[in-house]
Amino acid sequence: MTDHPAKTAAAPESTGQEYGHWRIGLAKLLRNKAACFGAVVILIFILASFLAPVFYAKDPNAQDIRHALEPPSLQRPLGTDELGRSILMRIIYGGRISLAISISAVVLALLVGVPFGLISGYFGGKIDFIIQRVTDVMLSFPPFLLALALVSVLGVGLKNTIISVGIAGIPHTIRITRGCVLSIREQVYVEAARAVGTRDGVILFRHILPNVMVPIIVNATLFLGMAIIFAAGLGFLGVGVQPPAPEWGTMLGAGRSLLFAAPHVATFPGIAIFLVVLGFNLLGDGLRDALDPRLGYE
Amino acid sequence: MNNNPLLSIQNLKVHFKSFEGVVLAVDGVDLDIAPGEAVGLVGESGCGKSVTALSILRLLPKRSAQIGGSIIFAGRNLLEADEEELLNIRGNSVSMIFQEPMTSLNPVMTIGDQIAEALVLHQNFTWNNARRKAVEMLDQVQIPSPQSRSRDYPHSLSGGMRQRAMIAMALSCRPKLLLADEPTTALDVTIQAQIMDLMLRLKDKLNTAILLITHDLGLIAEMVSRVIVMYAGQVVEEAPVRELFKKPLHPYTRGLMGSVPKLGQKFIAGRKQLDEIKGIVPSLQRLPPGCRFNPRCPSVIGKCLEQTPAMVRIETQRRVRCWLAESVE
Repeated sequence: MTDHPAKTAAAPESTGQEYGHWRIGLAKLLRNKAACFGAVVILIFILASFLAPVFYAKDPNAQDIRHALEPPSLQRPLGTDELGRSILMRIIYGGRISLAISISAVVLALLVGVPFGLISGYFGGKIDFIIQRVTDVMLSFPPFLLALALVSVLGVGLKNTIISVGIAGIPHTIRITRGCVLSIREQVYVEAARAVGTRDGVILFRHILPNVMVPIIVNATLFLGMAIIFAAGLGFLGVGVQPPAPEWGTMLGAGRSLLFAAPHVATFPGIAIFLVVLGFNLLGDGLRDALDPRLGYE
Repeated sequence: MNNNPLLSIQNLKVHFKSFEGVVLAVDGVDLDIAPGEAVGLVGESGCGKSVTALSILRLLPKRSAQIGGSIIFAGRNLLEADEEELLNIRGNSVSMIFQEPMTSLNPVMTIGDQIAEALVLHQNFTWNNARRKAVEMLDQVQIPSPQSRSRDYPHSLSGGMRQRAMIAMALSCRPKLLLADEPTTALDVTIQAQIMDLMLRLKDKLNTAILLITHDLGLIAEMVSRVIVMYAGQVVEEAPVRELFKKPLHPYTRGLMGSVPKLGQKFIAGRKQLDEIKGIVPSLQRLPPGCRFNPRCPSVIGKCLEQTPAMVRIETQRRVRCWLAESVE
């Protein structure tokens, strides 16, 4: 209404030129129902955990022993645990921890893995050999065992959980980045960039990195879900985030012994983990399909 | 020939280390280019044309390629130059156009930014000024509405437009020498003529020397003043373009010309077919003894099978590597 007609008409055209590839990708993503479902689930969890203090200005660790182990009711929608803490509230606050762990761990894996992958793939030779043998060693452990081993060396806690899970994601990130760089490196435009006298570092970050972003982003999205599972797994085993912090895996572990007496204590955190990981996986798969130019712009 | 050439290649030898052993891809190539001159480098696929061009800019992979001889550009031996010096030369005083306009532009950078990059690197332009200059360059290579085109990504340009953009990129720093590696091979014939016309005009305007690498003799006749014919890594003939077409001395050159269809020639079924050079370029690992062309040569004599012919200077501007050259004369 208040917009000038000329302005509104010009805007879509220019964004179409600037971000054509991404815009088409987004359009394809929106048409993918599974991916949209995943995105909505994740959005709900993110919103809930960010808005939690607004709606419930309460402490998730507040105990109410008189109402311990109550099954779900209207007053306490997901019931209470052995100390009478609201499970719904703990899941919502726990979402902050789980999301914070997974995002931080992915950022850590990208910050370390992408540069090493770029260097390894672009320069080749001895550097490539050394980086790849180290990666081989890391890949020879199942990723969760690697995280478990690291956390047992570093010690328990939020920070160490992030570091361990992040490190467990590094070798795959290196491999994927390197693989993409190997194919982009041989493109004529990279040689053309060298022929105009561009330095190796500039070629890597200005010409190669943007061309390998898509698989890296897709992989990072899938790793977000994986990181939540890893963090929950560490929490379940008691070596992750320590109680009373409401981490989902820790809650699951605590509810395990009560599985017959009060099944809701372990079940609801499990469902939360399941939903968020499913969300990230569906979104990641959708992103992969949407951003793959070979699948056409129908 | 010019006493003070811009580029002087002497006895260039390029070895490639491969799994099956060492291959001599370029064997003793000599060539001179004067400032502002256009020279053609002709030959079949795999005869070492592109390798010669890439070795001028030292773009061959360091690990597998060994370069010998000397490449003197503007008084400096490029084979002795360090990386810092080469970065300064590439795209600045020597630039290159590649064969494939479809793949030689970065798909995630705008056309304008890609042209601007060389200016920022070499001419101390700020990005803003360089982008403005890039629009000017696009205008010079006759791309319509250059202002909005410079903000486009390569996928929205046609092959001919992309090659124009490549030319704009290559010429943005006013290089002294332009290496054009089959610049029109991937384009339609009508576009080829336009691109060639454009290159010629810009060459005269900027006084840029051109080394045109091609297998298209028609292109050579229009574009260059001097032609160098290569076969299996060696120069087999060099001549001014008119004399080469009037009287080719090497049987290989004659073969190349015979295999170009000519308008007006009558091709009635069965009576006259297009000539071909029989066989294929020999593998560089299994070169025949004697003259490298002897298995395919129509006028081969006994001497060709045993002894390698040396380069003979026929006239002041002509040389040829053939035992029959004197008798042809």
